[in-house]
Amino acid sequence: MTAIPHEAMGRQLVAAARWRPAEWVFWLFAAATVLLFPDRYLILTEVAWLGLFALSLDLILGYAGIVSLGHAAFFGIGAYSAGLLAKHGLINEPVLALVVAGFAAAVVGFLTSFLVMRGSDLTRLMVTLAIALVLRELANRFSDITGGFDGLQGITVAPVLGLFEFDLFGKVGYIYCLSVLFLLFVLARRIVHSPFGLSLRAIRNNPLRAAAIGIPVNRRLIWIYTVAAFYAGVAGALFTQSSAIASLDVFAFDRSADLMLVLVIGGTGYLYGGLIGAAIFKLLQQEVSSLTPQYWQFWIGLVLVVIVLLGRQRIESAVTFVPRRIARLFGKEIAALPGGEAP
Amino acid sequence: MMFVRTPRLSRRLALGSLIGAAALVSVPAFAEDTVKIGLIVPMTGGQASTGKQIDNAIKLYMQQNGDTVAGKKIEVILKDDAALPDNTKRLTQELIVNDKVNVIAGFGVTPAALAAAPLATQAKVLEVVMAAGTSIITEKSPYITRTSFTLPQSSTVIADWAVKNGIQTVATLTSDYAPGNDALASFKEHFEGGGGKIVEEIKVPLANPDFAPFLQRMKDAKPDAMFVFVPAGQGGNFMKQYVERGLDKSGIKVIGPGDVMDDDLLNNMGEAAEGVVTAHIYSAAHPSQKNKDFVAAYQKAYGVRPGFMAVGGYDGIHLIYEALKKTGGKADGDSLIAAVKGMAWESPRGPISIDPETRDIVQNVYIRKVQKGADGQLYNVEFATFGPIKDPGKATKK
Amino acid sequence: MTALTILFDGVAYGMLLFVLASGLAVTLGLMNFVNLAHGAFAMAGGYACVILVNRLGLPFFAALPLAFVAAALIGAVLERLLYRHLYGRSHLDQVLFTIGLVFMSVTATDYLMGSQQVFVQIPDYLRSQIDVFGLGVGRYRLMIIVICGLLTVALQLILGRTRFGSRLRAAVDDPRAATGLGINVGQVFALTFAFGSGLAGLGGALGAEILGLDPYFPLKFMIYFLIVVSVGGTSTITGPFMASLLLGVADVAGKYYVPKLGAFVIYALMIVILIWRPNGLFGRTATR
Repeated sequence: MTAIPHEAMGRQLVAAARWRPAEWVFWLFAAATVLLFPDRYLILTEVAWLGLFALSLDLILGYAGIVSLGHAAFFGIGAYSAGLLAKHGLINEPVLALVVAGFAAAVVGFLTSFLVMRGSDLTRLMVTLAIALVLRELANRFSDITGGFDGLQGITVAPVLGLFEFDLFGKVGYIYCLSVLFLLFVLARRIVHSPFGLSLRAIRNNPLRAAAIGIPVNRRLIWIYTVAAFYAGVAGALFTQSSAIASLDVFAFDRSADLMLVLVIGGTGYLYGGLIGAAIFKLLQQEVSSLTPQYWQFWIGLVLVVIVLLGRQRIESAVTFVPRRIARLFGKEIAALPGGEAP
Repeated sequence: MMFVRTPRLSRRLALGSLIGAAALVSVPAFAEDTVKIGLIVPMTGGQASTGKQIDNAIKLYMQQNGDTVAGKKIEVILKDDAALPDNTKRLTQELIVNDKVNVIAGFGVTPAALAAAPLATQAKVLEVVMAAGTSIITEKSPYITRTSFTLPQSSTVIADWAVKNGIQTVATLTSDYAPGNDALASFKEHFEGGGGKIVEEIKVPLANPDFAPFLQRMKDAKPDAMFVFVPAGQGGNFMKQYVERGLDKSGIKVIGPGDVMDDDLLNNMGEAAEGVVTAHIYSAAHPSQKNKDFVAAYQKAYGVRPGFMAVGGYDGIHLIYEALKKTGGKADGDSLIAAVKGMAWESPRGPISIDPETRDIVQNVYIRKVQKGADGQLYNVEFATFGPIKDPGKATKK
Repeated sequence: MTALTILFDGVAYGMLLFVLASGLAVTLGLMNFVNLAHGAFAMAGGYACVILVNRLGLPFFAALPLAFVAAALIGAVLERLLYRHLYGRSHLDQVLFTIGLVFMSVTATDYLMGSQQVFVQIPDYLRSQIDVFGLGVGRYRLMIIVICGLLTVALQLILGRTRFGSRLRAAVDDPRAATGLGINVGQVFALTFAFGSGLAGLGGALGAEILGLDPYFPLKFMIYFLIVVSVGGTSTITGPFMASLLLGVADVAGKYYVPKLGAFVIYALMIVILIWRPNGLFGRTATR
């Protein structure tokens, strides 16, 4: 680090922020799914909001090093906000409701951020988990507002921007979720490549050193936690708007735990991890559970165990072996492109 | 930091896209002479036993009656929703859109049945509810019919019975979700209407392993009897703790809808369960030939006694078969729902029919007492019959 | 009087939680391994007990030690085959791996034993309550308090006073130095892991009666185990013990006095404690 001259480092940072060809390919492929897989919109919609949700966790885990087993808290706030807004006709237009739901989650995120600033990873895991569970109990307690265990009934979602109505095939829902995902992804990309994002990584790598060079550690962490809560809230709102459902399990521990799996499968700290993890996790789950509705969990479990035992990097290089070869034939070395900078 | 690693971006992207593309490509099969039934039940999670009973019963029925009816081949597509309504909704939608199913069926819990209702309306597809027991379900779509039961059916009957049999004070313990609230409301209405008094009212969270503190409250309230509704599967745990707390000795009787004395679990409960009086729509000891054959066949195939969830599935698939016969194989929602209305048949549980007005099930409710059978096992022995009873949950609303 | 009954129930519940979770406290606190599949060993013990008592007709008290042995054996085998490869890995890898194991154990149990709840047929003299000066005391719960109390004392002695205990602590503090001193670190870890699993198995067998036993046991109680360990801290065995008691009493009392709030009390309490003492009530910073 110290050996690199100031100017060169600046150039390196600019280079890191530039859009790479592989990223263009990724988003073109994502857009192409709308045309390619017309009968898979519903599962793709789930991939989209789960990807956004995982992106939110990546912001705090991958970039700021805050672990959380209770990220469903913000997802749930977003989901119920969107549901209540639509049900009582407070804000009918989905995009506006989405933003409001996101801000509701962000407020809760800001308030609870003070609770997660202290302690070790285990403490953080448990505090975040407890926050989600407390919210779940509250939602259950105030069942006259939330519908309790039976969920919020009678949500009807108005057409997006007053133009596009949610259809049975899920096409509008998917395009809507994908667009929101893309916009928020671009925003997240700007955040992590900004000086603010860089200071977060400094904090993640060594909080003491970061404090020593004058970074206001706690304030930065509270900020990113709040932003992540906003993202999770929007993901929750997308969930409710695309399915017209909000029930207690939006706060469930399983949701937070699954999210962790998604992000770990995809890899942390480069933003795409959540999106790829979401795609792999959802599609794998869908395929296996339609093969064996009763025992699919076994095979998911086995996959997880095998992934860990073989080592995640090794599997990656094995699976991408063929595409890398093909790429080399065309004279381009995809894998040799500079990835995210090392921590 | 141990939690963070930075992988190579491009390689990751390539990997993700590859797997994504591979998993997305699948070709749905489709044939004109088949009638497809999308069966959506919880096969994993806390409600898994419900889904398994229904699945078993349907398989048994199709073994007994063949898989062709009115010239059409019946194909059942089983999906697991783990009792989560968002799963139910997506699976239902996919089954309708991609697999082009003609009937959707199953639905282990009320939220699941409700989540599917708007889709049934939109796509004009018959929805057969085989388990969920909240009264309002059938009102949510004109294409919904039900072959399980509604909680008001059994709760009002046990309330009337309690009043007549000298029970004056009752404490209630019900699971805090729609079926539990339905059970409580209809019991309360009939019991208080008959002059009884409710001294304590406790709603327990749905996912709750330890009943002890709630039972302590029951004990302290000293009622003549306690009215209990817990969902299928939790009854055993409840009875264990009822005995442990000495409530059986303190003279507080257990009454309730029959869910708590599910045939599935009854035998494991031990002698504590003996003498418990419940009102329900099905007992494995129902003394008809039809039921004896059903129980014997089910036991032979799966090694366990069928419970009321199994009967809901068995009758549900029967209803679909009969409706198809009536329409001559026409499987659109309008024809099927028209065929279903007013249909009556002999089920293992006794005579049942579908109310032409509400499309809900009309059936007898039996008062039963747990006794040891000739084989030394515990059974719910029926000793009084009420009915046929329409869903009182709807009757009171009108 | 009722308050005393509540306290008694709470203590019994807490003791049970401690036996169930103590193995996790050891693997996490001493071996620094996050084993979310801990509940699976408890489930294994519970089902072993069910099979032994209900199907083979063994007396309940003979089945309890066998449940311990069964779970310990499974623990030992898995440790040698799988777990030991993961000691050096990141916590995230460990979480992923053990959640995978939980999924597999849940489904395998479902496949083998069915998804319905099962019960151990306990002897009749353990059912019902006895009256102690007007205080209703459940016999089964009384037995739990006695057994778990003895276990706690034994555990404390083993870890603190025996040669094995000091070896374990040495192996944890500095594996290389311990190896140099002639301690077989792998063996010590394997034994510890097996012992922790065995305790969970025993807890599962004892708890089946009160907590209910079905294939989803490891998932349902994972949160409770984690609460015990995080609130109690992992540096001592007294910490998780006190945390278990606190949790047990708070849970039972909360449900009795404010039934509508359900589990709210516990979670709220946990947040407060962890904010106040981030390393747990009896964590390292607290003792220093």
